[in-house]
Amino acid sequence: MTTMAHALTDSRTMLRRQLLHLRRYPSLTGLLIGMPVIFLLLFAYVFGGTLGAGIGGDRSAYVNYLTPGILLFTMAGAAAGTAISVAMDMTEGIVDRFRSMAIARISLLTGHVLGSLVQNLLALLAVLGVALLIGFRPNATALEWLAVLGVLTATAFALTWFAVALGMVADSVETASNTPMFLSLLPFLGSGFVPTETMPAGLRTFAEYQPFTPIIETLRGLLLGSGIGTSAITALAWCAGISLVSYLWAKRKYNQRATR
Amino acid sequence: MTTTVTTRPAVSVAGLRKTFGAKVVLDGIDLTVTEGTVFALLGPNGAGKTTMVRILATLLPPDSGSIRVAGHDLARDADEVRAAIGLTGQFAAVDRLLTVQENLRLMADLHRLGRTEGGRRVARLIERFDLGESARKPVSLLSGGQQRRLDLAMTLVGNPRLIFLDEPTTGLDPRSRHAMWQIVRELVAEGVTVFLTTQYLEEADQLADRIAVLDHGRIVVEGTPDELKRRIPGGHLLLRFTEPDTLHAAAAVLDTAHRDDDALTLQVPSDGDVASLRAVLNTLDRVRAEPDHLTIHTPDLDDVFFAFTGAPATTDATSEEISR
Repeated sequence: MTTMAHALTDSRTMLRRQLLHLRRYPSLTGLLIGMPVIFLLLFAYVFGGTLGAGIGGDRSAYVNYLTPGILLFTMAGAAAGTAISVAMDMTEGIVDRFRSMAIARISLLTGHVLGSLVQNLLALLAVLGVALLIGFRPNATALEWLAVLGVLTATAFALTWFAVALGMVADSVETASNTPMFLSLLPFLGSGFVPTETMPAGLRTFAEYQPFTPIIETLRGLLLGSGIGTSAITALAWCAGISLVSYLWAKRKYNQRATR
Repeated sequence: MTTTVTTRPAVSVAGLRKTFGAKVVLDGIDLTVTEGTVFALLGPNGAGKTTMVRILATLLPPDSGSIRVAGHDLARDADEVRAAIGLTGQFAAVDRLLTVQENLRLMADLHRLGRTEGGRRVARLIERFDLGESARKPVSLLSGGQQRRLDLAMTLVGNPRLIFLDEPTTGLDPRSRHAMWQIVRELVAEGVTVFLTTQYLEEADQLADRIAVLDHGRIVVEGTPDELKRRIPGGHLLLRFTEPDTLHAAAAVLDTAHRDDDALTLQVPSDGDVASLRAVLNTLDRVRAEPDHLTIHTPDLDDVFFAFTGAPATTDATSEEISR
């Protein structure tokens, strides 16, 4: 039982370290907010008129359609930040210090995950705020908002563990900043920006079965009242699966790293 | 479990082997470090010093061998070993985004010291390591010497009984090096056991109770500094003259080891301290044989390796020059 208590205490200490990093290095969080905001404005004002007509509405209808995808895009960007900060720890001497101490080993990783969750939620809040300012009009009830928060947290949790694993396998900080980039493409190759029905066959199949699409559909349903169907179950299954596999992968790499 | 108050080994290693792929890094190491002493592992780059420290500090598993560190079996009770040791690696293991104080605080929290005790220890270490002025600065703004001091201070937060110092003064200026030596001496006076690696014979000589010379994964010789130095051809002064006459005059009054009439130089055995240097210069003064140039050569790693392996080490010699 003390092992568990130690793991919690040490994770909290490591979380505090990550929060200090966020405060000491706010430009990274700024970047993680800035990119999705630029994409939001770009798609709303440059492409929004045409794309709105494409989905049978206008610019303001498109802002509603777009926002859930932008939220996923935000989390994909934050994952890159997580991978970078994990890789920075792994390539510097401090990881040896942590590993030669009698602390809960996993706490370094859980500290990163918890810190990144905080960062994710801050970024999501900021992006959502801008979306509301430019005309995003959700009709969610209080309970639905709570569900939105749950889905966002589950998704951020999964992507963050995945990013931790990517940061762990990267042999340099540069690699760690590049490998998560494909995540930022996934909202585009799904239902984030346009409905998947308009895509050519092969791409359409990918778009419908990749994990981001059910997550986006669930968010859209909760926020705007479109049909959710089985999306919610699929979305949560994806999140659980990605979290578990990434956690085991990251943990294994972390322990292996000591033997090099 | 039996507890003996008298000197039990802080580290005991038997038959340690470690290979990386086809490369044998440590090839059958046996050694014992007595509690409360300083043990120096001396060797050039690539000898296996860092691998040795990483294994003893639980960062690397050995291929074979039985190892006990701080009274615990390394293979079975790694966490007990970790709780008893402190490691200061070759590269500063500090968080560059945090301040000095935050780094120390982080260590205190990871040792689960609690607010009051943690704060007290952090304040004491900041004071002791002369980091007061930079306590609130991010580590990235500190000098190399300050970072190394912080690094060691972080190691000491948990009050370890056994400390591993991997090349603690490599890359430091002479003043920082002496400050580091002073800290090591203080730790030993408090009863801490220190296991250090170094490329400098002088450092091992200054600090260590026992020195082991590591070469290509094997310990070629082990003993007290005096035992080792007795077996190394000693240091000397190299005197260069401008005229053959002065050379002759000097050679007549000095206990010369080697004389080179073409280069107009004399080698005089000396351990390089001020008293023996003054004696030589006074003698030369008496016969008015002023040397043009004087070099002090202290025995270094190269001499050690010549003496015990017959081959030079791959590091620079440490000759200090006095030109006039």
